[in-house]
Amino acid sequence: MDMMTPVKDTALLDAMAFVWLEADRLDQREFDDWLGMWSADAKYIVPVEPGVTDFEAHLNYAYDDAVMRAKRVERMMGGDSVSASPLARTVRALSRFRLLSDDGVTIELRCMQTLTEYRRERMKSHVADVEFTLVREGAGLKIARKVVRLINADHTLSGISYIL
Amino acid sequence: MKDLDTPFAALVQDDKALTTLYTDPGLFEAEMDKIFTKTWVWVAHESEIATPGSYKRARVGLEPVIVTRDRKKNIHVLLNRCRHRAATVCEVSKGKTNSFVCPYHGWAYGLDGSLRGVPYEESYAGKLERGKLGLKALRTETYNGLVFATFNDEIEPLEDFLAGAKKWIDLFMKQGAGYPVKANGEHKFSFPGNWKIQLENTTDAYHFPLVHKPFLKLTDVETEEQFDIMNKGGWVEDLGNGHSVMIMMPELVDLEENLDAPIPDKFADLAQALRDEGHEEQQVRRIIRAVGGSGFNVNLFPNLGCSAAFFRVLQPVSVTETEVRHIALAMDGGPEIANRERLRIHEFFQGPMGFGSPDDAEVWDRVQQGAQGGKELWLLLNRSTETEEPTAEGTVKGDVSSEIGMRAAYRQWKKLMEA
Ligand code: FES
Ligand SMILES: [Fe+2]
Repeated sequence: MDMMTPVKDTALLDAMAFVWLEADRLDQREFDDWLGMWSADAKYIVPVEPGVTDFEAHLNYAYDDAVMRAKRVERMMGGDSVSASPLARTVRALSRFRLLSDDGVTIELRCMQTLTEYRRERMKSHVADVEFTLVREGAGLKIARKVVRLINADHTLSGISYIL
Repeated sequence: MKDLDTPFAALVQDDKALTTLYTDPGLFEAEMDKIFTKTWVWVAHESEIATPGSYKRARVGLEPVIVTRDRKKNIHVLLNRCRHRAATVCEVSKGKTNSFVCPYHGWAYGLDGSLRGVPYEESYAGKLERGKLGLKALRTETYNGLVFATFNDEIEPLEDFLAGAKKWIDLFMKQGAGYPVKANGEHKFSFPGNWKIQLENTTDAYHFPLVHKPFLKLTDVETEEQFDIMNKGGWVEDLGNGHSVMIMMPELVDLEENLDAPIPDKFADLAQALRDEGHEEQQVRRIIRAVGGSGFNVNLFPNLGCSAAFFRVLQPVSVTETEVRHIALAMDGGPEIANRERLRIHEFFQGPMGFGSPDDAEVWDRVQQGAQGGKELWLLLNRSTETEEPTAEGTVKGDVSSEIGMRAAYRQWKKLMEA
């Protein structure tokens, strides 16, 4: 790669590689590493209503800060939750990446995700737009916000005892 | 409707019911006809259709309806079925409108269901009786903000039907802390099981320590202590007409009492924020006490639960499929910070990604799976039958893990099915 290429031009690839790593860690159940991918005040959000941007003022499926993310992992691994034992197997694919903005510190990336779940002899799929806000911290990236907008979020879902 | 193999009396006895109650498709059809089209069914909270022109879709049994508020502020519940050739006239879950126009040939209806417009009407040569061709209207009555509808013109007034449950509905609405209670978003989830499995669960404390162990482990210590409901002196009461109430936290029955009790640590920051916003100490305490909801679940037969801090709405889909909605509640016009706290509390337990509901859904699913076997076996509903006692109000109650609420529901079920 041309050493003179400004940082900005590799941003899309860097961001893609980073969110693919996040996806792989979730599917491979490397949750401790996953928890380490977030900046201190980051939020993981799964909204109910399409188009909502003020998530705090609305009902969400998940509105997780660092404490809640750790609890979500604990619930999956703890063995007490009947809906998470066994934990669903998941395979997710991310594609259709678009770099929405990059100010040198913060990157906004949008992509699509299709996730297939298998548990108790049933396959299900969840399709979503995912909006990432990534921040450059030290040598790498951290997630400052991840918003998972399921295409059927305002309709009826079945139990999801894992992380989208 | 197919003839049922077993008479209702043999299916449902005082303290047990046959497994086929969950699995017989003919029985499901009969329930839609004899229960859901014959009794009062909850369709909306008034705040969901607060202003003139607002509407929401709902179902009464399997029949699609629209709940509307007309220009004079009257509430109507209308069958969502065009009087020309049956198309639905509304496919948006909620919104505001002046009229409902059928997408097929353009018949237009007002908010009160009256037929207002018919394209190319000359083909009827002036003989179309518009006055008789409004959207079919259901009988509609409200109690303390709850809107119910029925296809049955003979049924008793709503207030008589609610009877002993009214007192508990009034207590439940105290979680507005002096502000009107408002619907504030909802989680909808489905489980592959019969609707009565969920109906039973609303007054089932027995499952709580086991199924909700992950919730109890992950919540704060104060909430964990509060939800030690098997040991808190709670009870379940049969309120008549199939309704029941399960008191989980007796100290949170009347939210306007005990305002001088210490503010829990988990709400200390919220209390301070409310003081900083200028609320008087008494009002701060009232809001704090109400913010987590009431300490009981009221189960209104057949489809509404006023459940601690939210409305639980049951929607049968088929004999083996049920949709459940958990409607979050807020103080209408109340402090935003407290309403946000309510949303976060709701998200923590409820909904398809909560730390409670998915475990409930999983065990209900397991009930339906298990019920595929042992059709001749009984579902046992006899907890506390030996220890029930009368209350001062003339009702009967059992201990907190009693199945008296289920027995009450099935007694009403049998009464309606046999009618
Ligand atoms: S079906 Fe509605 S106008 Fe014809
Ligand atoms: Fe439960």
